[in-house]
Amino acid sequence: MTDLPETTDRKMGLVIDLDTCVGCHACVISCKGWNTENYGAPLSDQEPYGADPSGTFLNRVHSYEVQPETGPAQLVHFPKSCLHCEDAPCVTVCPTGASYKRTEDGIVLVNESDCIGCGLCAWACPYGAREMDAAEGVMKKCTLCVDRIYNDNLPEEDRVPACVRTCPSGARHFGDLGDPDSAVSQLVAERGGMDLMPEQGTKPVNKYLPPRPRDRWTDQSVLAPFLEPVAEEPRGFLAWLDRALETL
Amino acid sequence: MGLSQPDLDTSPPVSDEVRKTTCYMCACRCGINVHLKDGKVAYIEGNRDHPVNKGVLCAKGSAGIMQHNAPARLRAPLRRVGPRGSGEFEEISWDEALQTAVDWLQPIRDTAPEKLAFFTGRDQSQSFTSFWAQNFGTPNYAAHGGFCSVNMATAGIYTMGGAFWEFGQPDWEHTKLFMLFGVAEDHDSNPIKMGLGRLKERGAKVIGVNPIRSGYNAIADDWVGITPGTDGLFILALVHELLRAGKIDLDYLARYTNAPVLVNLDPKSPEHGLFLRDEDGKPQVIDRATGKLAAFDKPRVRPDLAGKYRHAGVTHRPVMHLMAERYLDGKYSPEAVETRCGIPAARIRRIAAELAEVAFGDPIVLDREWTDFRGETHTQMIGRPVSFHAMRGVSAHSNGFQTCRALHMLQILLGSVETPGGFRFKPPYPRPVEAHPTPHSYTKPGSPLNGPHLGFPRGPEHLALREDGTPARIDKAFTWENPLSAHGLMHMVISNAHAGDPYKIETLFLYMANMAWNSSMNTRGVMEMLTDTDENGDYVIPRIICSDAYSSEMVAYADLILPDTTYLERHDCISLLDRPISEPDAAADAIRWPVVPPDRPGHAGVRGFQSVLCDLGARLKLPGFTKADGSQKYADYADYITHHQRKPGLGPLAGFRLGPKGLTDGKGDPNEAQLDSYIANGGFRQFHIAPEAAYFKPWNAAYQDWAVSMGFYDSPQPYLFQLYVEPLRKFQLAAEGKGDRQPPEHLRGRMKATMDPLPIWYPPLSDGHEDPVEFPIHALTQRPMAMYHSWGSQNAWLRQIHGRNPLYLPTYWMEKLKLRDGDWVRVISSHGSITVPCAHMAALNPNTVWTWNAIGKRKGAWALDKDAPEATRGFLLNHLIHELLPPKGDGLRWANSDPITGQAAWFDLRVRLEKSADPGESLPVFHAQGSPVPPAPGTLRWTVGS
Repeated sequence: MTDLPETTDRKMGLVIDLDTCVGCHACVISCKGWNTENYGAPLSDQEPYGADPSGTFLNRVHSYEVQPETGPAQLVHFPKSCLHCEDAPCVTVCPTGASYKRTEDGIVLVNESDCIGCGLCAWACPYGAREMDAAEGVMKKCTLCVDRIYNDNLPEEDRVPACVRTCPSGARHFGDLGDPDSAVSQLVAERGGMDLMPEQGTKPVNKYLPPRPRDRWTDQSVLAPFLEPVAEEPRGFLAWLDRALETL
Repeated sequence: MGLSQPDLDTSPPVSDEVRKTTCYMCACRCGINVHLKDGKVAYIEGNRDHPVNKGVLCAKGSAGIMQHNAPARLRAPLRRVGPRGSGEFEEISWDEALQTAVDWLQPIRDTAPEKLAFFTGRDQSQSFTSFWAQNFGTPNYAAHGGFCSVNMATAGIYTMGGAFWEFGQPDWEHTKLFMLFGVAEDHDSNPIKMGLGRLKERGAKVIGVNPIRSGYNAIADDWVGITPGTDGLFILALVHELLRAGKIDLDYLARYTNAPVLVNLDPKSPEHGLFLRDEDGKPQVIDRATGKLAAFDKPRVRPDLAGKYRHAGVTHRPVMHLMAERYLDGKYSPEAVETRCGIPAARIRRIAAELAEVAFGDPIVLDREWTDFRGETHTQMIGRPVSFHAMRGVSAHSNGFQTCRALHMLQILLGSVETPGGFRFKPPYPRPVEAHPTPHSYTKPGSPLNGPHLGFPRGPEHLALREDGTPARIDKAFTWENPLSAHGLMHMVISNAHAGDPYKIETLFLYMANMAWNSSMNTRGVMEMLTDTDENGDYVIPRIICSDAYSSEMVAYADLILPDTTYLERHDCISLLDRPISEPDAAADAIRWPVVPPDRPGHAGVRGFQSVLCDLGARLKLPGFTKADGSQKYADYADYITHHQRKPGLGPLAGFRLGPKGLTDGKGDPNEAQLDSYIANGGFRQFHIAPEAAYFKPWNAAYQDWAVSMGFYDSPQPYLFQLYVEPLRKFQLAAEGKGDRQPPEHLRGRMKATMDPLPIWYPPLSDGHEDPVEFPIHALTQRPMAMYHSWGSQNAWLRQIHGRNPLYLPTYWMEKLKLRDGDWVRVISSHGSITVPCAHMAALNPNTVWTWNAIGKRKGAWALDKDAPEATRGFLLNHLIHELLPPKGDGLRWANSDPITGQAAWFDLRVRLEKSADPGESLPVFHAQGSPVPPAPGTLRWTVGS
């Protein structure tokens, strides 16, 4: 099986803000477009116009309803792609060394020329983040746009993953989570960023920012002074109006 | 296995070339970078420099490559050979197609131009298509606004000279509290998402008011699951609370609105309810400094909101008094409305208090000097950082116009329109009613129409009626039934043409409008009308011409098809004369250009519809499309964009025109190289507003002067916001029997009740025709963000996200009917029934069900397999909605529309539900239409270049 590096120089990854994600799927399709044209085999689609269309996507958005103990139900949009785990079970399970974690930035990749399409890595991944391409027979996964983020042919500001560049609500952030001073690390610290399923022991690099509390209608008293009546009926209101206009 | 890391090229070439154009995957019109490899489209991303999207791009935009390459693309002009609806066609040449069109249209123009009904759907070239229709001479032209959001647009123009979306947007950088009403997942798409992101970044609060907690409402800090159709009542309760607490911006109301304008209150006067005006026609106010009458715009006047004026036995009182009397009434108290709105009174009060707190306790003050139209200079710009947005959700009800008015009134009372932190107009807006045309409908064989089709009536004198009082237009726009139908009523065209009411037509000409499917109410009925024959066996609607790029449901019903290009193969202009893409700090316009040439090998090919109209216009000898020598004036649309002038110096594009000293923006002569300049500039051009002109635009002298320099106005047009809308009162007066143009008797009562010059709320009109107990559930649709307004073929990538549309039921109804996800329900309205799969959603108003709109497709359309889930399990709610309300025993059939604007009342729908056995497919089932395009591929391994 395949070894993981002891450490990596940097821990590049995504921070996804669940308070801001509106579930628009922009990241899903931007990813599909970039990775169909770039890194490895195109992301194919089976029966694209048929009864049961399916295709390879490296990033998908799931939506979950949550019913809090009090208050109305909530809807959380949850984008999910490879979390580039520090203890990536998909790498260690790989029989050919095709799956690997890069020492310089921690990105987990599949070397498609060595991939035999056995699917063990997809079984090992607790997040369901890998997808076998049905046309090519190789395993596909998020590359963190490794062919964008260092690409000298792109303007510097575009050297971010396609999903981050396109996200309309700014819910996706990219950076070095190994550097406590990086903007993404600061954001994680400020907003209580979380690991996905930490009990799996995979030490995911990507972090999720939790939704802020919703529907806090409780305390009326603070605001009550703002609705102190000046009048209860039109005549009184007009008298107030006349007085108020004098003070303008 | 040890560590081994392959060599990886992390700097591969991205593409051969990037071409910058404008997206057309929805109505948002973002800038896109189209990456090409070997001359083919390889990848699409957002243009960072573009004012609309600033680099981001939604799912639709990124999926444009699949739209451009869709198997449903038409390939050649088509002539129908089978019966209508069969989808049986033969390909013909362009010459034959154009000659056929001329043979049909020339006799109409020469004898009775109104017999052509030309309606465009999601058309982004309305200033051009309307110009063509005007030149043809038919009064029967409009786009799709009448069934979309005309209530919002019209209420905004009449109230404050602009509405949401294209007209203006929240001050995303300063606002502290944002309230979003109803379905608004598009209009516009990326800017609202970007704005919400900015608010979240700054910790500003978002309140969502929507029966359905999806999309933007899912990230709202607080959610108000309102009962559909009651938004207006909720807003008036907020107004009640704010007035009662005196939490209104008196200075703003006195200076910038008609709150101080005096109204004639003598019931016997022919001017009862109209404004007191001076000899110049200017509305009068009382000057608080002198106590005397003054014109509203007199230099240094201090309009008084409190006083009243009596003259010649007639009492005149300011609008402010009428508002206080109306909205302080107990019927608008939170307790009085809570049950109906489904919102507890305490919560209504809490929201009112939050609005008051943020608006008045936490104002934004910018140290920016500006001078108002009365000549007064202000050292600061003070704003109320509360903003709002709404679109179809509140609009698509029969009380939508007044609800939109109520929302604008709330904004204005808070002093939050055109002030920092509030709502900001985007040039060429603000533009008061007075700066808009009135409707025109006078026809003369062989001649152009006497003016623009669409406009804003100021009173009954501007209705589009013929001399005998019958409607001049086939859609009955601008008639007593819906006097302010500023966008026309596209949803009534086919049923009126079929009924020959008000008259029969010869040719129906549609562009980008899927009227045989998701864009019509009563879809099955419309399909029957399109195929119905008279006693001679001829079609009741004799001829149908369609232009579309794809094999839609409507295409199957056309006799002649003029195939359009995809959006990457065409010229277009996003014009300031049309529906612009400006930002609050800059006007902007943009182009599309063929980043790849149209390519349909082996077939006659496709042409941009606007270029076809240039050709057709010349063949028909339309004056605007023919040179003096009789030859074709515009070779194609690009030629028109470059050379057409609406007025001297004003063309479709405002950038890179020719002035006396070289290139200029705004007004100037045509420039042969204009399109090249736009292409070099990234496909768009911005015209920036100076900071001192950026707020208070309707009253800001610096803004007004800039707008004149740009050609938006001929002269400065400062005006007051119209809390009280006098044109509405003029229609009410007519209904009361005053004036020489009188409505029919049966409409008087409804007009008096609904055309109130101050915002009101009344229950959706269908509630008077359908028993709310028999039909207790509201049924709504939304379009998913990844598909909204993307009318093209089912996209290979997007349909994997949104290929299915169950009916979502709230917990109460799932339990009551003992349903589980995937079970089937029969949905019954007063018009019909459908049987469809259901799913549970807890975050819903307890008496609301909903589904994604327009996922359902007809078998055979869009190059989808006949067993695609869109065709077998997908469905439309349209089958449950009739364009007319059910009979109620008065011998009349009332339109299912807003009585003021004619807006289609999609969201008034009430239903009841029954559990059903699995019927195998969603009901009703329609037989498959033939497909004029070949079957789609079974696998996609899309890649271009080497």
